Amino acid sequence: MSKQRLAPLVTKLFLIPIAMFGFGYAMVPLYNVFCEVTGLNGKTGAISSAEANQLNIDKTRSIKVEFTSSVNNEGPWDFHPAQPSMMIHPGETYTTTFFATNKLNKDLVSQSIPSVAPITAASHFKKTECFCFTEQAFKALETREMPVTFVVDNAVPNDVDTITLSYTLFTKP
Amino acid sequence: MNAQAVHVDHDDHDHGPPNSGMRWITTTNHKDIGTLYLLFSLLMFFVGGLMALIIRAELFKPGLQLVNPDFFNQMTTMHALVMIFLAVMPAFVGLANWMIPIMIGAPDMALPRMNNWSFWILPFASVILISTLFVNGGAPAGGWTMYPPLVLQTGASFPMLIFAVHLLGISSIMGSINIIATIMNMRAPGMTYMKMPLFVWTWFITAYLLIATMPVLAGAVTMLLTDKYFGTSFFSAAGGGDPVMFQHIFWFFGHPEVYILILPAFGIVSQIIPTFARKPLFGYSSMVYATASIAFLSFIVWAHHMFTVGLAVEAELFFMFATMLIAVPTGVKVFNWVATMWKGSMTFETPMLFAIGFVVMFTIGGFSGVMLAMTPVDFQYHDTYFVVAHFHYVLVPGAVFAIMAAVYYWLPKWTGHMYNDKLGRIHFWISAVFVNILFFPQHFLGLAGMPRRIPDYSVQFADFNMISSIGAFGFGFSQLLFAYIVISTIRKGKQATDIVWEGAKGLEWTLSSPPPYHSFSVQPVIK
Repeated sequence: MSKQRLAPLVTKLFLIPIAMFGFGYAMVPLYNVFCEVTGLNGKTGAISSAEANQLNIDKTRSIKVEFTSSVNNEGPWDFHPAQPSMMIHPGETYTTTFFATNKLNKDLVSQSIPSVAPITAASHFKKTECFCFTEQAFKALETREMPVTFVVDNAVPNDVDTITLSYTLFTKP
Repeated sequence: MNAQAVHVDHDDHDHGPPNSGMRWITTTNHKDIGTLYLLFSLLMFFVGGLMALIIRAELFKPGLQLVNPDFFNQMTTMHALVMIFLAVMPAFVGLANWMIPIMIGAPDMALPRMNNWSFWILPFASVILISTLFVNGGAPAGGWTMYPPLVLQTGASFPMLIFAVHLLGISSIMGSINIIATIMNMRAPGMTYMKMPLFVWTWFITAYLLIATMPVLAGAVTMLLTDKYFGTSFFSAAGGGDPVMFQHIFWFFGHPEVYILILPAFGIVSQIIPTFARKPLFGYSSMVYATASIAFLSFIVWAHHMFTVGLAVEAELFFMFATMLIAVPTGVKVFNWVATMWKGSMTFETPMLFAIGFVVMFTIGGFSGVMLAMTPVDFQYHDTYFVVAHFHYVLVPGAVFAIMAAVYYWLPKWTGHMYNDKLGRIHFWISAVFVNILFFPQHFLGLAGMPRRIPDYSVQFADFNMISSIGAFGFGFSQLLFAYIVISTIRKGKQATDIVWEGAKGLEWTLSSPPPYHSFSVQPVIK
């Protein structure tokens, strides 16, 4: 009961909530690392075009890639893919485009966030070039074509016959 | 509910300082602070209950009749926040303050001044939280789980919500550190860990859960605050964040939190059942280990609240099986309580009725919990009234009944007055009947697909909702009887004996009823 015994104990006990407050914040990078490693949450990888060109093309397999788009929070945009879907072979590089129109009479900046389903395919779906890598600035009422170049690697599981690539367009504040 | 009502026997010099206004503000006495916590909790129980009755009145029949939908959403959000943070948690902390020192033979809590502070933060936090009802845009209405992006649409009350949560967290962290320090440092000679009463054990473990998880909640709500006002993007996809991550962080706190709300109840029931079965608790050490196992498992099951967000199948399997594993130590506890009663010389005074009611109805809530743990069926039950029925079964006839059992068990010790046991038994029976009328039909509503947190519903749900609302009003008004019994017992009553209950065992019963203001100044020696 003496103060000497109490003070170090209470100090140690106070360190627990302080550490756990930090742990709450540490969950943010841990979460991102975890999602990137596992491909969870539709997180997809980037790949250089040199690497993409070295992949073996598997002409015996065809996979349907579907494109969907949505605008977050009913923002002032028209945003849609140029084609609803395409057939691809694993290992071959393809390019498709999305159209976006800024409907407001002032300059806006957009950020598009990709998601790939199913989860098992997400880590095999790799982009060499994408408008989602950076913010896109739009002049007032500007319409633009935005390309995506991607490759699905050969290791994609055999039961995957359809992959959906979805973009949500956010207005940057 | 004023403080003056608490102490009556002025002629007894053991009764502490006179009732001046400052006495209750400056007190560092664990019994005073326990009383303050318990009375505060009783008041908030009625505030939260009133909100529940507004919800059930609106749901009495289909269509929108009494309140507008936004106010309905404010009521569901505030009812949860008030009941969890201002009613149930302070009640348990109050019981801990009152009972832990006199159960382990300590003269007071280890850090009496901090104890005073832990309590007096609460009224301020609750004023901040409840006054959100009157600010521009009304109270938070996005659900107590505060999911972004919805919660970020909250109006002027948003920062008030965040700071109230911060203050409540600070209060419970300080209270928990005090409890751990008391238990580790202040036990009477010979009171080894494995001789501690189970209520002390369960609170010891609960306190660790609190100091490990409340800071995580504080971090999560701070991220919400900076997302809304300071341009960070923790949960905003536009800036590279992810709203689902909030759910992970929130439930990393939230699932241990539900055990914070039930472990002390396990402790209370483990004190009461042996007393009225006149047998020692069956499987004491297995109870301790079961409590510790539940606490450990509570940290690795959080994503069962999020089965429908699009987890990987492997993750869903892991969280499903880990969740079902909790049924094992919980089952150990339930069987131990039943085995304690087996062949005991049982009597059914009010505390025992509430304790047995707890065992039966908490187990019903546990079973629906196992159903919800199954990922495939959870896709059907998610966000329906089945979930509402499940957690109300474990929290109302679970946690709240245990708190009432504790009050009926120790009230004669605290006040020195015996209450009218017949009134107490009547209170039990009407509560037990109405609580089932209130919550049992909600299982059927949920299985039939009625979503939670919606002020209107399709006509096929009308009958069960009407029954449920009748149960709600019956249950709500029967709690006035509880308030009457408690307050009238504080004021007067037949002098209680020191032991109060024939079969009671433990240090608290060796003290007079009421105990002297300063007890165990000389610590007893436990053999």
